[in-house]
Amino acid sequence: MDWISPRALTRLGMLNMNRRNVDYISRYNDRTSYPLVDNKLKTKLVVAEYGVKTPKLLQVVRQQHEIPHFREMAEDLTGFAIKPAKGSGGKGITVITGRDGDEFIKASGARVPAAYLERHLSNILAGLYSLAGTPDVAIVENLVESVPGLAKYSHQGVPDIRIIIFQGYPVMAMLRLATTASDGKANLHQGAVGVGLDIGTGKSLNSVQFNRPITLHPDTGLALENIDIADWEEMLTMASRCYEATGLGYMGVDLVVDINEGPLLLELNARPGLAIQMANGRGLVPRLRAIEGLKRHHFTPEQRARFAMDAFSSQQ
Amino acid sequence: MTSRSRIPFFTAIALLILAGTALAIWRHVELGIPWLTGEQRPVWMVEARIDFNAANEPVLASLNIPEQSPGFRILSEQAASPGYGFSVVEKEGSRRAEWSKRDVIGPQTLYFKTQFIPDPNANRDRPRRAPKPISVFWEEPQATAVREILMQAEERSSTPESMTRELIRLMQPDTQAQNTTLLVSGTNHLDLLVRMLNHAGIPARTADGLKLEDARRRQGLTPFLQIYNGDEWLTFDPKSGEQGLPEDTLLWRQGAASLLDVVGGDDSSVSFSILRQTIPALQLAAMQSEENGFGFLSLYQLPVEEQSMFRMLLLLPLGALMVAFMRIVIGIRTSGTFMPVLIAVAFVQTNLLPGLIAFTSVVAIGLLMRGYLSSLNLLLVSRISALIILVIFITAGLSIVGYQMGFNTGMTVTFFPMVIIAWTIERMSILWEEEGAHEVVVQGAGSLFVAVCAFLVMDAPLSRHLTFNFPELHFVVLGLILLMGQYTGYKLSELRRFTPMKAYD
Repeated sequence: MDWISPRALTRLGMLNMNRRNVDYISRYNDRTSYPLVDNKLKTKLVVAEYGVKTPKLLQVVRQQHEIPHFREMAEDLTGFAIKPAKGSGGKGITVITGRDGDEFIKASGARVPAAYLERHLSNILAGLYSLAGTPDVAIVENLVESVPGLAKYSHQGVPDIRIIIFQGYPVMAMLRLATTASDGKANLHQGAVGVGLDIGTGKSLNSVQFNRPITLHPDTGLALENIDIADWEEMLTMASRCYEATGLGYMGVDLVVDINEGPLLLELNARPGLAIQMANGRGLVPRLRAIEGLKRHHFTPEQRARFAMDAFSSQQ
Repeated sequence: MTSRSRIPFFTAIALLILAGTALAIWRHVELGIPWLTGEQRPVWMVEARIDFNAANEPVLASLNIPEQSPGFRILSEQAASPGYGFSVVEKEGSRRAEWSKRDVIGPQTLYFKTQFIPDPNANRDRPRRAPKPISVFWEEPQATAVREILMQAEERSSTPESMTRELIRLMQPDTQAQNTTLLVSGTNHLDLLVRMLNHAGIPARTADGLKLEDARRRQGLTPFLQIYNGDEWLTFDPKSGEQGLPEDTLLWRQGAASLLDVVGGDDSSVSFSILRQTIPALQLAAMQSEENGFGFLSLYQLPVEEQSMFRMLLLLPLGALMVAFMRIVIGIRTSGTFMPVLIAVAFVQTNLLPGLIAFTSVVAIGLLMRGYLSSLNLLLVSRISALIILVIFITAGLSIVGYQMGFNTGMTVTFFPMVIIAWTIERMSILWEEEGAHEVVVQGAGSLFVAVCAFLVMDAPLSRHLTFNFPELHFVVLGLILLMGQYTGYKLSELRRFTPMKAYD
């Protein structure tokens, strides 16, 4: 067994679960704003007012009797994603990338009949994936097609960019790449690869999978050290806007870069994980303190993104 | 960085913990509830035996019994006297045990048993109304002798106490003073002292004491002299003049009433047997709580059935504390936050090993059946409902099979909360599908580990004892849980999780 001393962790400024919950989430996140982020449908609507784009909404399944209509709607679709509106941690998200006769092809390559998807929808409505087991609605979204520059790094699934926004300032970012182990999902605890991104430039820093440092993608075998995200400042600005939209002081913003639509907001998370620190090789605490210590906050998302790029860059 | 002060919060927690501890200590001191289980307290069992010869006529035997004996509390009283009617009556401020029977002949024996608990603070004898000295008439030549002796004693004393001591010293038969010899001849020494003190304006009376020694039989009573000093009755040894009651002496009779009256019999006598017993301190406290002013605050007053329910309920906070500790400080993942506590409660009823076997087999069989259910494409609610029924079937099956094979422990599965088990199976099954068997094993083992820890804490005799007898200690548990809610340090599991960060240190 290998351990790290609490003192070393404090020195690195690593944010831990308890401090995140007590000092940041419960202090800066107003409970009344939670439904905005815990319900993807509401998120979509509220961020649209602030000019943040999300994947196109194809259908909302609210009632059990609407499920048969899903088959009609899906007739002429090739790629789409079914999501529980109140799902958390990527649970219950099924991504269909294509068709093979009557069967649908999942992101993992597995073929499933329409009945499988209907059962999945039924499960979503019953609340199987929702946070408190409450009844839920299912949303069907257009499949996001990632830009080839990023897509090549990811095995199945769409690579997404997680940015931690603290009081409207981007403080840390990482690129999440799906792997075989993660079944096409971009969640780190399911085995996705996390690549830390320099807030100043959008260039990759370190990479981790299952909390262990790696240098090559386990499936594609590509080196992960020279990734450079295009339009970085725009993406940071877009993430910062979500602060105005939701009012949440501490949240994770998940963005994807679509080949047609550009950066899209995938979802917001009021309880973002801590693994991002390991992907970046540094702790969040010093950056959070820096923001808390600001005498006067910047007003516009553009200013905040610019400030963060200067303050939290790794190039100094 | 703190935007609001946490001082009020921590003060409140400190107060909570302090209040809980202080209340517990106070109840320990005041009600004598022991800290540990199995603590024993000495109790004196005194048996008065009355012997007399009945003369073939209605008999009424009346024995003076103690009511408030300085330094002792009465725990229980019991009369043994076959064929006699028995009652305890209050007469002129003293308590008497009365036996009665219509036709009696020959030697008779009656018993009266009392249990006393030594308690130094009990019953200091303060009468509500100050007693008055009884006027005494003396004939000559005693009147002069008494007057002279009292004058001598008064000259050398200042208080009723010193006066009494002085008088006893002057009245020693070996003093050889003329006046003393005149008075002492032919009369009862103690009665004489009482009369003289009353004459001197000091209320006085006789009392009978019993020397308590273990395993003594046929003991008699020792006479004592008592005077009233304006505040309370004080006891003197009429021979030595020593003030105060000797240690381990119980005043069986105080005041003027006679010790034993037997109507319809002769040759009556009282003798005492003494036995030192020990009884659990807890039982003692429970018995006394009724008398104590604050006894109503304790759970002993509830009917026994409710008491046993509370015994269980009051263990739950310990389980909750355990779960909070394991999740916040250690960082063990469990399936369902408080599922482990409910499982631990079931373990308390089933015992650990049978409980573990029963629980794992029910969940394992349930997981297999759930595999079939998931292929049926059911709605969640009906799936869970079906699972509950299946869990009950599994339970019944295990019980029957276990019973036929000769294991009574098979029956213990019925203690498990069925709905919780059904939900556990459902969650585990979904976990299996989504995150793989590894996560199921991690969370399942984590839940069982926490459940076993909670069980061990809840099943310890000491914690059962403390939670039930000192419910106020739950303030402390509450305080600790609130404190943990403010813990912002690293979890033990995070020290392992963040190990790769060593490279950047």
